Amino acid sequence: MTRVDNEAAFEKFKECAVEVLQVPAEKITPAASFAGDLEADSLEVVELVMALEEAFDITVEESELEGVETIGQAFELVTSKL
Amino acid sequence: MSEGRVALVTGGSRGIGLATARRLQRDGCRVAVTWRSAPPAPLEGPAGSEPLLPVSCDVTSPEQVEAAFKETEERLGNVEILVCSAGITDDTLLLRMSEDSWSAVIETNLTATYRTCKRASQKMLRARYGRIVLISSVVGLLGSAGQTNYAASKAGLVGFGRSLARELAGRNITVNVVAPGVVSTDMTAVLGAERLSALTSAVPLQRAAEPEEVAGAVAWLVSEEAGYVTGAVIPVDGGLGMGH
Ligand SMILES: NC(=O)c1ccc[n+]([C@@H]2O[C@H](COP(=O)([O-])OP(=O)(O)OC[C@H]3O[C@@H](n4cnc5c(N)ncnc54)[C@H](OP(=O)(O)O)[C@@H]3O)[C@@H](O)[C@H]2O)c1
Repeated sequence: MTRVDNEAAFEKFKECAVEVLQVPAEKITPAASFAGDLEADSLEVVELVMALEEAFDITVEESELEGVETIGQAFELVTSKL
Repeated sequence: MSEGRVALVTGGSRGIGLATARRLQRDGCRVAVTWRSAPPAPLEGPAGSEPLLPVSCDVTSPEQVEAAFKETEERLGNVEILVCSAGITDDTLLLRMSEDSWSAVIETNLTATYRTCKRASQKMLRARYGRIVLISSVVGLLGSAGQTNYAASKAGLVGFGRSLARELAGRNITVNVVAPGVVSTDMTAVLGAERLSALTSAVPLQRAAEPEEVAGAVAWLVSEEAGYVTGAVIPVDGGLGMGH
């Protein structure tokens, strides 16, 4: 993916996260952690994954979510499937 | 009342499911019902109500369940109220119970409920609103000779429903269980008059329930009024299961 594509993908990712987690866009940074910085519970993370699956037309297996704790990690998982 | 809400009732073609669908229709909901053998007739309700939407669906098929939700969403909108009433019995003593008989009952009564609830909760989560009611049975907690498969499936609904109630509670979605006793439907008609009167004689209220009496409890659980009730098991059993 080119840098431009990557940025566009992050924008789309950010839109999903803002909508599902109901947090301001500036909080969606690669380092932000779901549980700590974004105060998202496990159900919200699942909802976000479902929204991302729909937006990016990908499928994420339950096992792939293990260890995914930050926005950056989740974004990497998404882009690895594009 | 649950006016204007979209409801899906599995097993809404007959018995308790149909009585519930008609009651919700009367309460102003837009109601879809699943059917396999034949859709209910008539589809029209009292003046001013929306006709029932019959959707063909065998709940043991994941594809058909998906299609039923899609059709309901296209015709009525996202499902806000889900009532799982589709269910079967296949009675015999454990020693004579085949693997097939065991699996068929668990598949229809329990696994299909997992499937429909999972599909419905996706949209309910986004809407931050939902009402789910599972039709269990008094025998789930009381036990019943000849019904190990059925009782296991119905007790399973209690554990399933209460776990789901906890999972979804933060999103304004309630999940409750109704546990009927003996109800006058096709399911009990097959037992024959003698067996039925033996059953009802054990009921403190000394009679079987009409399906509408179960529907009344469901209608209340899905109403705005019952917004603070979740994870409950409501007996509608004439007192048969008291203490359980
Ligand atoms: N009657 C009682 O005394 C009693 C007591 C306690 C609990 N219950 C529970 O109440 C619920 C309704 O029972 P009922 O007395 O109304 O029974 P019923 O008159 O025999 O109706 C059963 C309903 O379930 C549907 N159904 C069965 N298997 C299905 C499948 N694989 N896919 C889709 N639909 C399916 C039937 O659809 P079709 O028309 O297509 O066959 C029908 O609408 C059941 O869960 C039952 O266990 C009943």
